[in-house]
Amino acid sequence: MDDNATLLSVENLKTYFATEDGVVKAVDDVSFQLRRGETLGIVGESGSGKSITNLSVMRLIPAPPGEIAGGTITFDGNDLLAMSEEGIRAVRGKRIAMIFQDPMTSLNPFLKISKQLGEVTRLHLGHTRAQARAHAIEMLRTVGIPDAESRIDSYPHEFSGGMRQRVMIAMALSCDPELLIADEPTTALDVTIQAQILELIKDLKARLGTSVILITHDLGVVAGMADRIIVMYAGKIFEQATTSELFSAPANPYTKGLLRSVPDPAHEKGEPLYQIPGLPPDPLRLGPGCPFADRCDRAEDICRSEFPPFVEVAPGHSSLCHFAGEVYEGSKSANISQ
Amino acid sequence: MNSSDENLISLEELAVYYRSSRGFFSGSVAVKAVDGVSLDIRKGETLGLVGESGCGKSTLGRAILRLTEPTSGRVFFRGKELTGLSKSQMRAARRDLQMIFQDPYASLNPRMTVAQIVGEPIRTFGLANDSVKDRVHDLMETVGLSRAFSQRYPHEFSGGQRQRIGIARALAVEPEFIVADEPISALDVSIQAQVMNLLERLKREKGLTYLFISHDLRAIRHLSDRVAVMYLGRIVELGDAGDVYADPLMPYTRALISAVPVPDPIEEGRRERIILRGDVPSPINPPSGCHFHTRCQYAIPECSQITPALVEIKPRHEAACIRISPSNPDIAENAARNLGAIGI
Repeated sequence: MDDNATLLSVENLKTYFATEDGVVKAVDDVSFQLRRGETLGIVGESGSGKSITNLSVMRLIPAPPGEIAGGTITFDGNDLLAMSEEGIRAVRGKRIAMIFQDPMTSLNPFLKISKQLGEVTRLHLGHTRAQARAHAIEMLRTVGIPDAESRIDSYPHEFSGGMRQRVMIAMALSCDPELLIADEPTTALDVTIQAQILELIKDLKARLGTSVILITHDLGVVAGMADRIIVMYAGKIFEQATTSELFSAPANPYTKGLLRSVPDPAHEKGEPLYQIPGLPPDPLRLGPGCPFADRCDRAEDICRSEFPPFVEVAPGHSSLCHFAGEVYEGSKSANISQ
Repeated sequence: MNSSDENLISLEELAVYYRSSRGFFSGSVAVKAVDGVSLDIRKGETLGLVGESGCGKSTLGRAILRLTEPTSGRVFFRGKELTGLSKSQMRAARRDLQMIFQDPYASLNPRMTVAQIVGEPIRTFGLANDSVKDRVHDLMETVGLSRAFSQRYPHEFSGGQRQRIGIARALAVEPEFIVADEPISALDVSIQAQVMNLLERLKREKGLTYLFISHDLRAIRHLSDRVAVMYLGRIVELGDAGDVYADPLMPYTRALISAVPVPDPIEEGRRERIILRGDVPSPINPPSGCHFHTRCQYAIPECSQITPALVEIKPRHEAACIRISPSNPDIAENAARNLGAIGI
């Protein structure tokens, strides 16, 4: 089997929500591919559409008010949007698993961990009760929970935040999924626990060969984890590149602004931080032009009147900007002169 | 040691214990949220207070302003003891001491307009010489809000704008000292930079002194002149921000700083990360001796018996660890040297 084969392909995905004030295009014409064994980082601020994109892949958009209004999602050759509810349930949890910021969204507070982990493999892998229990203990060990044989009969509240996150990862990985979608998996955790969990995901990925989509607002987290990165803003992909390209030569003013606005502990204090002015746009009142134009230091008249093209500035590196080529060249030369 | 007249705030053995009921019949136990903290905050500086959740950093911030009553210890503001003041005296003193909260939405009255929220402390303290309205408009513009918004309610604003309202309210009484408790944690990345820059500008323009409380080590580094690291109720390291980040002395500080993800893939690939074992222990029954010994790779038996004092290891750089001293400040070297001696 070709190692670089595409595992997941999202084409022109449109996920809309009907609200009292009109239609919110939470995800608007988003396309990307994920190769087997790859870690894809999706970066964006709240409301950028990064979580909705992945809930669409899992077919977990509540309808109504949500609706996948267009596009295709192909997973290992299968059209996920055409699948029956039963068909998608067989994929979800078994071949594609998801972990969230808050483990309690996946864990039932009233059931022992043994029951919750066992249910998954009894359903998807046809385990007997005894097999399921043994497998669950094995999974808890895999994610680094000490004393797994006795901890398995605990309830979720008997674990700390970091340990609960591990339990959720154990549950997500218990059917050996091909794709793990991690939505802000460390955002609620302390930094020393975040380091543990990220290390765990890296380690499991290396051992099990799982492909990972890592959704985060933290550019630091994806820098150390992802092979490729997608930057989203206002429901659109603003930039897509390999991790090294994105950080060394960003081709979109929004990405550039985000990178410059993160304080770097290695650098001296004193200089004010670069700040992106203004606020994200109201999704109900998007104009015809670039949704970032009002906050952009490079914007010209055309940015407000015409929607920007998605320009490929280098192989595998694209940016949604009227001046993508110029911004890219500017980043490259700034990097060389440093 | 600096002369005391330079210190705006001084804490002497400040402690806050909570009663926590353990079970039905077993009675209650004391949770030592803040456990004997002595600290000076110098006029005009930003002291960054960093630590993980449950370490007591917010309780310490609140105890300084007596929003949470200290169990023991003393707090001084410009040499005057705050801990001895009556309730009404303390209310008057709060004119000089203000707080900015993490969740501005929870701390702003949803039924009041911005003009009322920002104007309230001005009226309470009878501060406005001219009209309160003009003063409110000035404050709004100072924090980057259009005065056209003054009749709006908190829910009509974004998170970043609400934080600006909270800052305007804190500034309304022209305080000298502000405790900023996780003021940017709930905000989006692009908005965090705006609020950090605003805090810096206000400090410069108004000569403010900040206690900046955060778990975000990048923000702490950016804003702070000095940094105090807190672990389970105690300060374990204190020094100039540059020194603490470039040359952390305590093993806990080292792990904390090494755990921060850096937005630079080359740097991320290169650096050695110290992964701590286990979680932060419960403050209900913290480990004996040095609270950190259960997670410390350098711990020796004595670490569970002796409570380390915060001592100056390098000039203006203090740490609480029995395994380091001014003559042997590097714990990794000490550990390597002593391997034979302690029989490992």
